Amino acid sequence: MSDTPIYDIENLHLSFPDLAHKPLLGPALRVEILKGISLSIAKGDVVGIVGGSGSGKSTLGRAMIRLLEPDSGAIRFDGQDITHLDEDALRPLRRRFQMIFQDPMSSLNPRRTVGAIIAGPLRLQGVDRVSARVDQALDHVGLPRAFRTRYPHELSGGQRQRVGIARAIATEPDFILADEIVSGLDVSSQAQVLNLLEQLVQELGLTLAFISHDLSVIRRLCRHTLVLYRGEVVEYRETQALFDAPQAAYTRELLDAIPLPDLEQVWD
Amino acid sequence: MADARGLVKRRAGVRLWLSASWLGLLVLAAVFAPLIAPQDPLMQDLFGARLPPFWEAGSDAAFPLGSDSLGRDVLSRIIYGARLALGVALIAGTLTCLIGSFLGLIAGYFRGWPDMVISRLVDIWMAFPPVLFAILLIAVLGTGLSSIIIAIVVIDWTRFARVIRAEAMSQGAMDYVASAQVSGRKRFSIMLAEILPNVLPTIVVLLTLEMGIAVIVEAILSFVNLSISTDQPTWGSMISEGRLSIHQAWWVLVFPLVTLFLTVLSFSQLGEGLKDHFDPVLR
Amino acid sequence: MSFLTIENLSAHVGPSPILRDVSLSVEAGEVRGLVGESGAGKSMIGKAVLGTLPLAVQVTSGRILLDGEDLLAMRPRDRRRVIGAKAALIPQDPLTALNPSRRVGPQITNRLVDILGWTRQDAQMRALELLHEVSIPEPERVMRAYPHELSGGMRQRILIASAFAAEPRLIIADEPTTALDVTVQKQILKLIRQMQQRHGTALLFVTHDLGVVSKVCQSLTVLFGGLVLEDTRVEPFFAHPSHPYSAALLAATPKYTDPDASLTPVPDAVIEGVQAEIAAHDRMQPHV
Repeated sequence: MSDTPIYDIENLHLSFPDLAHKPLLGPALRVEILKGISLSIAKGDVVGIVGGSGSGKSTLGRAMIRLLEPDSGAIRFDGQDITHLDEDALRPLRRRFQMIFQDPMSSLNPRRTVGAIIAGPLRLQGVDRVSARVDQALDHVGLPRAFRTRYPHELSGGQRQRVGIARAIATEPDFILADEIVSGLDVSSQAQVLNLLEQLVQELGLTLAFISHDLSVIRRLCRHTLVLYRGEVVEYRETQALFDAPQAAYTRELLDAIPLPDLEQVWD
Repeated sequence: MADARGLVKRRAGVRLWLSASWLGLLVLAAVFAPLIAPQDPLMQDLFGARLPPFWEAGSDAAFPLGSDSLGRDVLSRIIYGARLALGVALIAGTLTCLIGSFLGLIAGYFRGWPDMVISRLVDIWMAFPPVLFAILLIAVLGTGLSSIIIAIVVIDWTRFARVIRAEAMSQGAMDYVASAQVSGRKRFSIMLAEILPNVLPTIVVLLTLEMGIAVIVEAILSFVNLSISTDQPTWGSMISEGRLSIHQAWWVLVFPLVTLFLTVLSFSQLGEGLKDHFDPVLR
Repeated sequence: MSFLTIENLSAHVGPSPILRDVSLSVEAGEVRGLVGESGAGKSMIGKAVLGTLPLAVQVTSGRILLDGEDLLAMRPRDRRRVIGAKAALIPQDPLTALNPSRRVGPQITNRLVDILGWTRQDAQMRALELLHEVSIPEPERVMRAYPHELSGGMRQRILIASAFAAEPRLIIADEPTTALDVTVQKQILKLIRQMQQRHGTALLFVTHDLGVVSKVCQSLTVLFGGLVLEDTRVEPFFAHPSHPYSAALLAATPKYTDPDASLTPVPDAVIEGVQAEIAAHDRMQPHV
C-alpha cells in the first residue's frame, strides 16, 4: 500500500441553479451546496459521511465520482486531478470507482435481468470471462447464481440491494461510494446488508465512503466519520473518538437526537 | 395482490384480443382484396344503384352490404379502402413515431442546447392550426399517397417529441442511469440501452394512437377531396359520397363510418393492451 | 373504556390475507405503537379505521368500534361523518400530504368549515391558535404561504396542527417522521407527544422504528404478515420481549451506544417460526 491517499479533496465548491426562485427573465441564481470542503481518504479506509438533508452529503459523493462537476477546488483521485475531466477522459477511470445507490429499485434498470445488470460495467470495461465474474460477484454477496435470470421486481428489497453491491464490486474497483444504501430497507434486511458490507470490507479490502443519515449504522461500519452541516465540514475524525467525545455542537445534537430502543435513554 | 392483478390482466387480454382480431381481419382483407371482394369496387351499374343490404327487401346477394348511387358494391369498396387506410396508418404512423421519439429522447435525456432547439421548434410547430397546415401542405405537394403521409408526419411528430421528452427526462433522473454513467457507458448508448426500453411502452401506446389518427386524417382529407385520385375507393370518400344520399341509402354512409370507428378504436385499445404486455413489472 | 377497539379484523387482497384476526384497543389518552416491517399490515389497520383502504382490499370480518359505534356496520356517509368528527390522520409524507397549488391556511380551515360547519372567522382564529401551539413563527405569514416555501419539519408541524384542529379524540399517525432528519424527527416526536398529552387524545402510532416506539408509546402491538404477535406495554417489552420475533427485531435495531454488540439480522429460524404460526392460524379459518 502506497502513501498516496485514494482521494485528496481540497476546498471544493459546488453550486446548482436555484430554479425555485428563478427570476422571470435572465438566469437563475445559484445556490451553493458545497462550501469549501477538504478531506482525504486513505486506501483501505472506510469513511462515514453523515449529515441532515441539505448538508450536501450526496452532492459531495456524486462530485467525488464525477457524476457532478465542481465549480472550483480540486479532487485528486489516486494522485490524478479529476476535478474538471470530461466524460471521455473519465471513462478509463470509471472502472476504478463504483457506486451503490440508495434506492435499489430505481438504480437497477427494471427491464434487465440481474445477470445483465451486473455484467454491464464489466462488458464496458472489456473484461474477459464476464460470466465467471458475474457468478463470483453473486457468490460474494450471498445470492444464488440462479438469480442471474431474474428481474429486479422479482426480488425483495434486501436482495435488490445485494445486486447493487454485486454490480459495484464486480469490476474490483479501488473505491466504492455507498449512498444511503440501507435507509430504504427493513431493519432485518438492513442488518444483513450491513453485515455483508462489513465482511466484504475485510475480505476484499475495499475502500469505502458510506453516506448515511444514521449515526448508529456509521458507528458499526466506519473507521473515520465526516460530519457535514450545510455544505461545510463540521468534524472529521476517527469514529471511535467522535462518538466518545464529539467536539462540534452539531455532532452532539445529531447523537442526542437518535431515539434508541431503550426506555432509559435521556431524550429531551 | 395476485387476484386483482389477474383481473386487470384478463380484462386487458380480452381488449387486446378483440382489437387485434379486428385489425387482423382488416389486414387480411386489404392484402387479399382481389380474392375476397365480391365485386370490382369501381364497377358502376346504374340499374343496380342503391341496392339495400342483404337483410332488407329488394337486396341482391351479390351486394351483401348494398350498393351506392352509382351501383358500386359497398363491401368491396370498404375492403379496397382498407388497403389505403392501413397503408397510411402503418407508414405514416411508423415514420412519425421514429422521428418524434428520436427527437424527444435527445431533448429529454441530453437537455441543454439540443433540448432548447427541439423544444422551441415543437412550440412553434404547435402554434400552426393542424388541419389548415395539412391542407396547405397537400396544396403545395399535390394530392397522392406520399403527400398524405408526409402531411401526417410533418404535423404529428410533435406529439411524440413532447411526450417522449418528458418521459426520457423522468427516466434520466433515475439512479440506474447514473449507475450506467458510473460504469463508463457513453451517453448516446445510455440513451438507447437504458432509457429507450423504459419509454418503449409509452412509445407503443402513442404509435397505435397515431395509427388511428392517421386513419382519421386520411379519411378527413378524402372527405374534402384532398386525398388521392377519386377513382380509388377510400373510406373518407365513401363517407363523403354517402352523406349526399343519406335519406335514400343510409348504408352507403353507415358501413364505412362503422368500419372507420372500429378501426380507430381497435388501434387505441391495441396500444393499451400492448403497453401492459411490454411492462415487465406488470407482466 | 377504550376509545378505539378493533375486534378480529380480517382483510384480503384477492385470495391473500393481509390482516388476520387483528384485535387491539387504544384507551382514551393512550399512545399505542403499531410496529412491524414492510408488509406487516400496520398501515392497513390505520387505513381501515379511517375508511381509506385501497379499493382492492376487502374486509372479510371483524368490527371496528370508535367511541362505541361500529364503523363497519354504518352506511358510508354516516361513517365519514363520525370519522371526520372524532378521528384524524398525521400522514407520513409532509410533501405530498399538502396540496402544492393551494395556500396553507385554507388547507387547515376547510375541514373545520366543511365538516364541522364552523364560520370562516372562527376557523381562521383556530388555525392561527394551533399554528402558534405547534411553535410556528409568524403564523399569519405561514397561513398565506404555499407548501413548497416551507421546510419539511415546518410542513409536518402544519399537518400536526391540522390533525388536532377539530379536537379529534383519536389520531392515527402513519410513520409521521420517517421522511425527516433525526434532529427534526426529535422535535416533531416531542411535539406530537406534547400535543397528545395536552389534548388527551388517543394516538395510534404506526412505525417500523422501535427506537421511536420507546420514546412516544405506552403500549405496542407487533405485527407480522397481518397477524398480531405481541400486544403489551412498553416496559415489559423493552426488558423482555416475549415473542421470539420481537426479540429478534429488537436485536436487529442498531444502537450507536454499544458499538461492539454486533447486529444480528432476524434469524431465518425465527421467520420460519412466525410463518408456521401464520399457517396454523390460516388452517383454523373455516373458509379460506
